[in-house]
Amino acid sequence: MKKQILQTLAGALAFLASGVALADELNMRVGVTDISRQVYDLHMTIFYICVAIGVVVFGVLFWSVFRHRKSLGAVPATFHESTKMELAWTIVPTLILIVMAVPATKVLVAMYDTGGEDMNIEVRGYQWKWQYKYLDEDYNNSFSFFSNLATPKAQIVNRSAKTENYLLEVDEHLRIPINRKVRFLVTSEDVIHAWWVPDFGIKRDAVPGMLNELWAIVETPGIYRGQCTELCGKDHGFMPIVVEAMPEAEFDAWYATKVSSEVVRQESMTKTFTHDELMVQGEGIYGTYCSSCHMANGEGVPPVFPAIAGSAVAMGPRDDHLSLVINGVSGSAMQAFGKQLDPVQLASVVHYQRHAFGNDAGDISQPQDVINLSNGQ
Amino acid sequence: MSEVIHADHHDDHAHGPAKGLLRWLYTTNHKDIGTLYLWFSFTMFLIGGVMALVIRTELFQPGLQFIEPEFFNQMTTNHGLIMVFGAIMPAFVGLANWLIPMQVGAPDMALPRMNNLSFWILPFAFSMMISTLFMEGGGPNFGWTFYAPLSTTYAPDSVTYFIFAVHLMGASSIMGSINIIATILNMRAPGMTLMKMPMFVWTWLITAYLLIAVMPVLAGAVTMMLFDIHFNTSFFNAAGGGDPVMFQHIFWFFGHPEVYIMILPAFGIVSHIIPTFARKQLFGYTSMVYAVASIAFLSFIVWAHHMFTVGMPLAGQLFFMYSTMLIAVPTGVKVFNWISTMWRGSMTFETPMLFAIAFVVLFTIGGLSGLMLAITPADYQYHDTYFVVAHFHYVLVPGALFSIIAAVYFWIPKWTGKMYDESLGKLHFWLSFIGVNVTFFPQHFSGLAGMPRRIPDYALQFADFNMISSIGAFIFGFSQVFFLYVLIKTIRSGAPAAGRSWEGAKGLEWTLPSPAPYHSFTYPPEVKNEEVHG
Repeated sequence: MKKQILQTLAGALAFLASGVALADELNMRVGVTDISRQVYDLHMTIFYICVAIGVVVFGVLFWSVFRHRKSLGAVPATFHESTKMELAWTIVPTLILIVMAVPATKVLVAMYDTGGEDMNIEVRGYQWKWQYKYLDEDYNNSFSFFSNLATPKAQIVNRSAKTENYLLEVDEHLRIPINRKVRFLVTSEDVIHAWWVPDFGIKRDAVPGMLNELWAIVETPGIYRGQCTELCGKDHGFMPIVVEAMPEAEFDAWYATKVSSEVVRQESMTKTFTHDELMVQGEGIYGTYCSSCHMANGEGVPPVFPAIAGSAVAMGPRDDHLSLVINGVSGSAMQAFGKQLDPVQLASVVHYQRHAFGNDAGDISQPQDVINLSNGQ
Repeated sequence: MSEVIHADHHDDHAHGPAKGLLRWLYTTNHKDIGTLYLWFSFTMFLIGGVMALVIRTELFQPGLQFIEPEFFNQMTTNHGLIMVFGAIMPAFVGLANWLIPMQVGAPDMALPRMNNLSFWILPFAFSMMISTLFMEGGGPNFGWTFYAPLSTTYAPDSVTYFIFAVHLMGASSIMGSINIIATILNMRAPGMTLMKMPMFVWTWLITAYLLIAVMPVLAGAVTMMLFDIHFNTSFFNAAGGGDPVMFQHIFWFFGHPEVYIMILPAFGIVSHIIPTFARKQLFGYTSMVYAVASIAFLSFIVWAHHMFTVGMPLAGQLFFMYSTMLIAVPTGVKVFNWISTMWRGSMTFETPMLFAIAFVVLFTIGGLSGLMLAITPADYQYHDTYFVVAHFHYVLVPGALFSIIAAVYFWIPKWTGKMYDESLGKLHFWLSFIGVNVTFFPQHFSGLAGMPRRIPDYALQFADFNMISSIGAFIFGFSQVFFLYVLIKTIRSGAPAAGRSWEGAKGLEWTLPSPAPYHSFTYPPEVKNEEVHG
């Protein structure tokens, strides 16, 4: 007897455990900030109220469907109005709505408390990637980087097995410290995107020409993933957001390295590179920034995305090619990469395009050429 | 007024329809035009449905299998546009054409030639819009909400055709609405006072006013887009001093009333079907009318709840949250009234009743998820996820669409003089009911778990629910092809239907023989109290 009870209990526990595991797939995440927990609680409160309303309303409906049917000999009643009832089902729902509105207002007001931040990060949406820029004045040197989808194309087109964080992995995480109030200033370079980290309970549209504010105090270190949630064109589904929340000391150490490598990067602008160095760097940048439209083989998708292989631009004068990449082509999907890539990256990607896919321009592009070109304008 | 019309029609009231195909091009008869609208919307429904199945096929498994993201976006966009403007709205206009003159005891619509024009614009508008899919650069790919600047600076060249098509659809809707308002206000039979009008007529009267109010706003929005694209203005271009958010305010000022344009006539239909099959008068007719009017009014002051994440001041967010929650009150009144109508009735469950009951249940589920979406802080988590997709499909598919299907089963004996096959109708209902729930219920879960909408590929944790959803979509899609079969079978070989085709049916249309004569009520009928709802 005792054994049976134990078995039943164990079974029930296992069932509950599987329910909890499944809950991740079924329900909103509780998240790792105070706000996200408040939002979750609010969501559950409203959900239970809705379920209760549903049970009552559908209960009455189905009772009627099962009992008041002609086949059971039901004779129709003749009533067709009742002021009391009608008043009741106007007033009671209004009261329920007030009960819902009170906690909703409280949480919303708390979310709008954007002041008193410890640091600021500008989040800028691009077609189709995010740029993060650390702005805080306490750190004397601000720096920025792009965060691109890192899932290989082969996984997307089913040529290789999909890994755990399929479509939710980027080449460089946004890193933030835990227990500090981080303010995100969200904007966009081109179309409207939306920046969402479900575990922080925050989402805001990235609108060109507007700066939206969000904030989070993350309590648990970890990696948190989200996605762009406003249709932004072809690769809307392929610009994930990955935020790594680090213990404060670890974050500060990372930040210091980042600042010093920024100095090294600034210095490399005056360096002269060899053909091979440029080709290696260029291939990587091409894969990240160019291949989604112009394709990995440089053939493009004419006429929307022109081919680079054998194109008049890639075989023509070098400076024309450079300025096309720097300034983009207005009215087309070709962006102005001058804002996104530094001179070293621009020089190497252009050099790569002129010497890959069977192209053979036979010249060389250096960072200094890019700087000269930019200054000349 | 009625005497003038009566004189006009005196010469030809014995005539049947003209012969040949040109009949349909030249017709000014409300029944012919109603039929044209209904077949047109059914065609659009199937085309939009095929697009939905293309979407669901691609989403059956993670990874890109069948189509490219660019084409996927064109499919989501055109699916939305075709279903909203090509399927649901024209279907309601078709029902209005068929039913309103018969229900108010008028011989025809007030403006028959304009009626012909407002229909015949539509095939051209939609041919043009669908043709853009075959153009260089592809068709509209910016979502049916076409947010700037994705739909302006970054749009394919074909966007200009899209703008023209939207203008044409708007012109058609406005003409249709003017016609409906003119008919209802001027052509009611003597004794058919406003508060005796059938609910379908009431809901359409209010819907028509909503259409006249907001379609010009949409026309304004697309005209500004046209100027931004071709004449270098910067209404929505931040770089030129414009504001992309203004586009959304304008769009949703149209878009939210548009949502009610697609549901109010459905309320009307259900308010006919439930009393008929419960054999009991509609509960709370007066409060039903006031509830529809309140919903229509509220629909103008809630638009920014579609834009909670766009970055509004706190006061704005609170206003739109409260006003949106308020809509639950009149909507609740309607649901409670339908249930009270059923309460202690004597119900039978023919196909129209099954669709109507499913409407009440599933629309309420959509309404409850709508209430959840109104809660701004929680909406941040739901916004632009599959939770929203589930919500609006619950109100539009088992909501608006089920009501249209219910209406077809309910009035088809009156239109054709033939009764559909009851067991086939019930089979169609159960297939649709299962299909719609298997498709859309799991989307609540994938949305809460974090799956954004409008993506051609998704992370692995969403795989199970997407697969279920896709299976449901195919069940639902094929059950609508089955619906076509049921309809054709009815028209060709249905059993003859009585004038009053349903035991509990009330209303002037049921006093006519089945099929209704080509010209009905050429003399105003007597409005008897037992035939009216008030």
